[in-house]
Amino acid sequence: MNTESQTAPARTETGTWTGTFARLFRFDARAYSMIGAVVLIWTFFSLMHERFLTPTNLSNLFLQMSVTSILAIGMVLVIVAGQIDLSVGSLVGLTGGIAAVLNVWYDWDPVSVVLVTIALGSLIGLMQGWIVAYLAVPAFIVTLGGMLMFRGILLGTTKSVTVAPLDPSLKAIGQDYLPEFLGWIAGAVGVIGTAVIVLGSRWRRKRYGFKVAPLSISVLRIALIGAFILGAVWVLNSYKGFPIPFIIVIVLALLFTFISRNTVFGRQIYAIGGNPEAARLSGIPIRRRILMVFVLCNTLAAIAGIVLTARVNAATMSAGTMYELDAIAACVIGGTSLMGGTGTVTGAILGALIMVSLDNGMSIMNMESFWQYIVKGAILILAVYMDISSRRRKKAA
Amino acid sequence: MTVALEMRGITKVFPGVVALDNVNFTVRKGEIHALCGENGAGKSTLMKVLSGVYPVGTYKGQILIDGVERHFHDIRDAEAAGIAIIYQELALARNLSVAENLFLGHELKRFGIVNKEKMHKESERWLREVGLNVDPRELTGNLGIGKQQLVEIAKALAKNAKILILDEPTAALTEQEVGILMGILRELKQRGVTCIYISHKLNEVLAIADTITVLRDGQTVGTYPVSEVDEGKIISLMVGRELKERFPRIEASPGDVMLRVRNYTVMSPDQPGKAVIRDVSFEVRKGEIFGIGGLMGAGRTELVMSLFGAYPGESRGEVEIEGRPVRIRSVGDAIRAGMGLVSEDRKKYGLVLGMNVKSNVSMASLQAFAWRGVIDHNRETAGGLQAIHTLRIKANSPETIVGTLSGGNQQKVVIGKWLTTRPKILFLDEPTRGIDVGAKFEIYNIINQLVRDGVAVVIVSSEMPELIGMCHRIMVLSEGRKTAEFPASEATQERIMKAATGGMEA
Repeated sequence: MNTESQTAPARTETGTWTGTFARLFRFDARAYSMIGAVVLIWTFFSLMHERFLTPTNLSNLFLQMSVTSILAIGMVLVIVAGQIDLSVGSLVGLTGGIAAVLNVWYDWDPVSVVLVTIALGSLIGLMQGWIVAYLAVPAFIVTLGGMLMFRGILLGTTKSVTVAPLDPSLKAIGQDYLPEFLGWIAGAVGVIGTAVIVLGSRWRRKRYGFKVAPLSISVLRIALIGAFILGAVWVLNSYKGFPIPFIIVIVLALLFTFISRNTVFGRQIYAIGGNPEAARLSGIPIRRRILMVFVLCNTLAAIAGIVLTARVNAATMSAGTMYELDAIAACVIGGTSLMGGTGTVTGAILGALIMVSLDNGMSIMNMESFWQYIVKGAILILAVYMDISSRRRKKAA
Repeated sequence: MTVALEMRGITKVFPGVVALDNVNFTVRKGEIHALCGENGAGKSTLMKVLSGVYPVGTYKGQILIDGVERHFHDIRDAEAAGIAIIYQELALARNLSVAENLFLGHELKRFGIVNKEKMHKESERWLREVGLNVDPRELTGNLGIGKQQLVEIAKALAKNAKILILDEPTAALTEQEVGILMGILRELKQRGVTCIYISHKLNEVLAIADTITVLRDGQTVGTYPVSEVDEGKIISLMVGRELKERFPRIEASPGDVMLRVRNYTVMSPDQPGKAVIRDVSFEVRKGEIFGIGGLMGAGRTELVMSLFGAYPGESRGEVEIEGRPVRIRSVGDAIRAGMGLVSEDRKKYGLVLGMNVKSNVSMASLQAFAWRGVIDHNRETAGGLQAIHTLRIKANSPETIVGTLSGGNQQKVVIGKWLTTRPKILFLDEPTRGIDVGAKFEIYNIINQLVRDGVAVVIVSSEMPELIGMCHRIMVLSEGRKTAEFPASEATQERIMKAATGGMEA
């Protein structure tokens, strides 16, 4: 895994400004360039329109990116494993529709609705993954078929009418905000968690006898990340607080970053995508892993479906259309290679943030919506071109 | 007879290796000229120079056709000069018809539209030339390998080939098909077609060739009329190099039998009914190095891959580890049973090049570095460091990306991966291929250390000096059968080569 190079008595470029910065955040060059892109885009739009960089709009922006982000988190795993999932957009529509039907037409309570909908997503993932992994039908075909079928099932179940309005407590998943004091508590938990993780890993490395960065660097790192977290809480609290969907994104992002970086399962996914033959000859159960990747991806799609339905307080026939492409684009802009083997959850979230920032900024500037498609498409191609050319340069060096 | 082809002073250098060193090769018009040599002697490289795969300028020397010097910039140039090469792996489009294949790239057209009638008619003529009675409309993939081979020859003739190069043409053929091919080649000879015939099967060579040229280590050993040589003579010419002692050999201290294989048969996954390994039995003891020799295509890789649970073809026979019968159905089974396999092509099968050293080292034993499915990165780093130190891998840190290392160091990472699983039996398939001399020596030392630690080591190698220099016992395979087994003290290159070219002795 070439991102977020993990620790070690590696030779670090000390002394240089970037070296210190790298030691502080342990990101790779690609993450820097994406953060740079976000800063650039935000600066541009805030200069173009004074309303862009306001708490209200930022809160809105995080809300907007939540569904794409949740899908992108699952999509990263799929693409890293060398597969693709074109069905998640339709799946968002289908699961969101089922949730609405259960809640509105059959009066199910929100907890059961959520649990059953998520279980449905997992079950569909199990089916798609099984066909891909065990029947050896290419994922492109299986999920293209799924994309059509799930949309069809949605139209059939809802009889092509909009299902609304939802039970208020279900609606809250998409529309509520974390109260101010809970926001501060969450922020505090985040800061303490950061401290525990940073100092804990430093202590464990020391116990193994590896070289560790000076304590001052660790403390500085905690301080900077902590300031960032508390700053975010402050900005969001000055509007209405953390949007619930954004909280869901953060929790899922942390969970899946952990899965991809720290678990045997995650590592094996990268190995399978990087070189399936070598993975097979190392005893990795490829089919079982691929199956699981689809289960996770489609489970996340169901969560995204619930969030979307809750946010618009209705299930429509066209909900989620083309979302799979947004999710794939977010992954790719975030440095995930469609060849498999490389990509990170953090990158995908940043990719989603870049895309949503463009959308949001252009709407604020009152540009006509056709521009959004054109600009996003161009950015996608540009991002991949830059990625490829930088890799080529690295190879030449 | 006049000279059809002369190659003068051909030298071809790859980074780090001299593949051809001042090779001279003369072929007379209308003869069948066999080109013999071990794996890696330079036969294929020489033919690639001749057929324009390596364009003029990438090698030194001259090529003369009918006495005129020619420069081939690509395969088309060579084809235009009447040279056609038929590879071991047939280069036909299986989903096109026979006629379409015959005229692939030279379709007969009228007003830019393919003239099917004319192509079918022409095809029939060329197919008759090679004695093939099939409908030109037939899908090529529906024909047997032998017939496809004849289609290839017909295709070459249709391009007006005057010099036909056949690279191991009989490797995949049945005995009957071999007979048919031989007949066709003799007929073509009558009609003045010159043929260069590359084969490991010396009996075939002696039966069909007029002249034989032997290559060894990239040099011409000599050219002889077939009447002046016999099998023994060819073998001694092929292997007649001096054996310089350059192996850190240790004596065996054989313990109990670690691996016993009895009547082992492996079926081909692509050709139903064809066995790639037939009825092979052997045993390997703790603390010894067991060598498997043979020529390319003898089934050596298939044998070890199958024992390791990684070969798609079905297998029959008994396998015992430490006296207990085992049933290996997957690589996971093999690893749990204590086996490791350092595979032939490390980039394709051994490594994830984009990952770092420690991730590759831990890949086959990740559970050992994890607790409840969560990887302990520090323990993994320690494992990577240990591999770097004990195997002396030249890498800056366990985080170094494997793709940036040299071939020898990459191979050490693969070995490190398997040492980390603490295997009882380690298969090494061509462990020193494409590795510089220094790294080779280090790998031999690592292997010796394993043997001292009581691991049973199996080495598959095409390099006979390596087999003789490192192994304690050697088994030779030929066309999927075991043809010999002897202790290394009794091994000579001639003896191995004789068994590898099909001479039964066991």
